[in-house]
Amino acid sequence: MKGNKNQARLPSPPDIRLRLSRWRTGKAWRTGTSGQGITPLKVIYTGLILTGVLVIITFVSLSLGPAKISLRDVLAWVTGFRPVDQTAWMILFKIRLPRILLAGLVGFTLSLGGVVFQALLRNPLAEPFILGVSSGAAVGAIIGIVFGLGFTFGVPLLSFMGALFTILLVMGISSRHGGLESSTLLLTGVIVNAFFTAVIMFFISTTSDARLHSMLFWLYGDLSQSKYVQLSICLPLILIVSCIIYFFSRHLNLIVGGEKSALQMGVEVELLKWVSFLGISLITGVVVAFSGIIGFVGLIVPHLMRMFLGPDHRQLIPASALGGAVFLIAADTLARTIISPSELPVGVITAFLGAPFFIYLLKARGIQWTQS
Amino acid sequence: MDSELILKGVYFAYDRQWCLEEIDFELKKGEIVGMIGPNGSGKSTLLKIMDGLLKIHKGEILLLNKPMSSYIRGDIARRIAMVPQESTFRFPFSVFEVVLMGRFPHLGLFPFEGKEDLEIARQSMQITDTLDLAGRSIHELSGGEKQRVLIARALTQRAQIILLDEPTSFLDIRHKVEIFEIISSLAETQGLSVVIVSHDISLAAQYCHRIVLLNKGSVFKTGEPAEVITADNISTVYQCPVLVDKNPISKTPRVTILSKRGEAEKEKP
Repeated sequence: MKGNKNQARLPSPPDIRLRLSRWRTGKAWRTGTSGQGITPLKVIYTGLILTGVLVIITFVSLSLGPAKISLRDVLAWVTGFRPVDQTAWMILFKIRLPRILLAGLVGFTLSLGGVVFQALLRNPLAEPFILGVSSGAAVGAIIGIVFGLGFTFGVPLLSFMGALFTILLVMGISSRHGGLESSTLLLTGVIVNAFFTAVIMFFISTTSDARLHSMLFWLYGDLSQSKYVQLSICLPLILIVSCIIYFFSRHLNLIVGGEKSALQMGVEVELLKWVSFLGISLITGVVVAFSGIIGFVGLIVPHLMRMFLGPDHRQLIPASALGGAVFLIAADTLARTIISPSELPVGVITAFLGAPFFIYLLKARGIQWTQS
Repeated sequence: MDSELILKGVYFAYDRQWCLEEIDFELKKGEIVGMIGPNGSGKSTLLKIMDGLLKIHKGEILLLNKPMSSYIRGDIARRIAMVPQESTFRFPFSVFEVVLMGRFPHLGLFPFEGKEDLEIARQSMQITDTLDLAGRSIHELSGGEKQRVLIARALTQRAQIILLDEPTSFLDIRHKVEIFEIISSLAETQGLSVVIVSHDISLAAQYCHRIVLLNKGSVFKTGEPAEVITADNISTVYQCPVLVDKNPISKTPRVTILSKRGEAEKEKP
């Protein structure tokens, strides 16, 4: 080959031959082991720590509320060390526990949605509501409230139908030749959101009785109506979708570097987008139906986790989901205790605490999200 | 020699207008093909078509003697690696993590890389001189460093065909030569087939076995560097007067741009 002669005379890039010969023989050499990447062990480790925090916050939250029940009592009853006080037991397991568990599930879902949408849309402002799920659900819920339906089934059912309708509408508008275009999706979501917000405002302006209070509470996120039956509807769906999403976690890593590049490296991009957008919107619709619109969780928690754990989705996804659960349980505990015996909508707390904390982190650590 | 990739009468249009017309192309095992042509002549588009990223409107593409459409993306990714012109990472992945992504098409259901994958990534970084950058965030790198990281990622993919879209555009002369050296060594020793889009015609002439000169979406001329790179061809296609002589060392064509200023200097007594 003609190459050889030239190369000998080139003002030598000296060690290329050496490097290549090593590559060919496959000889190992150990240098620069920094930036090792994510290992299963790291993921399990992070998962265990966050699960630990989740358990602790659950117990702390159980013991807090208008009726004074100490943490020690709770632990003693749960572990069977002491005979149970029936009234307290009722408060714990009929009122507080379902609410805590639902808060956990809602937080879990919203942050999971946030982390996935931020990756798919490659947009730092993305959150699970960005495609209009929340406003669609809100219109459904408010219609339910106007017609005086109950909060256990009637309102959630209408709200879920509203969410589902919105997802199908937005995805239908933005799909072209079987492909979903991310920027079109984003724009359609924003526009549908604006339209439904107008509808919501219309209903609010024309309602004046006690239903107005219900509406506003629903709009700011309210977990006070939690029941076990709601959990049993949410849980299986959320579990299934989370597993599917986790299977796609390394695909999401690649899609962050651009859809074309991901496609080139073997990601079935369109399939991934359809499955993720639909799956996330579905579980978001379900939890929103039961909890109302709780903002900020889906935005803050993924950013927070990314700042501390790095951007690899194989670790980021479980960490964000668990972190979201912890965050929302804590926020809801505050919501129901801070002006006890009265209550605040939990969305007020998440925004009230979340926004300043987020700004502090932004200033202190930098968001590490650049255009280049 | 075996043909790795064959394009037969390929037509492609972005909108109504043909962007590529009647393209015939063949890539043999161990061959380095340089693709040159002015901006907008369809070089990058053709590269994407070779990778099956764009759907062609007429003609056919054969990858290892089977139609491109019979492969799923993962299969293509194990056979063809691409170094894009540019890549934007919205999250601060470390250089090592980015290179490791090249293993994606080789991983099974278990979503984590094994020891062997780490080793392959490390070797690719050693070759491209990016090992020192391993722990750095991809955002902190200069254009040239990033390009070398992307090349390392493509090597990590361990494909038998590598397509490079202007890989040397941000590189300094040392690293520019190194990239060409690496490519030609891999082609020689591993039988890798390479298509490289380059604006550095003289350098491409030194390393490529064959040159494809594109003009307005069709092949203007193809053949050995000395046949294609002539003052006539280059001046016509690029619409810029050039002088082509022989590189005194490698005896390959060397292109000198005839600038107005240069002409003026020559006129001076």
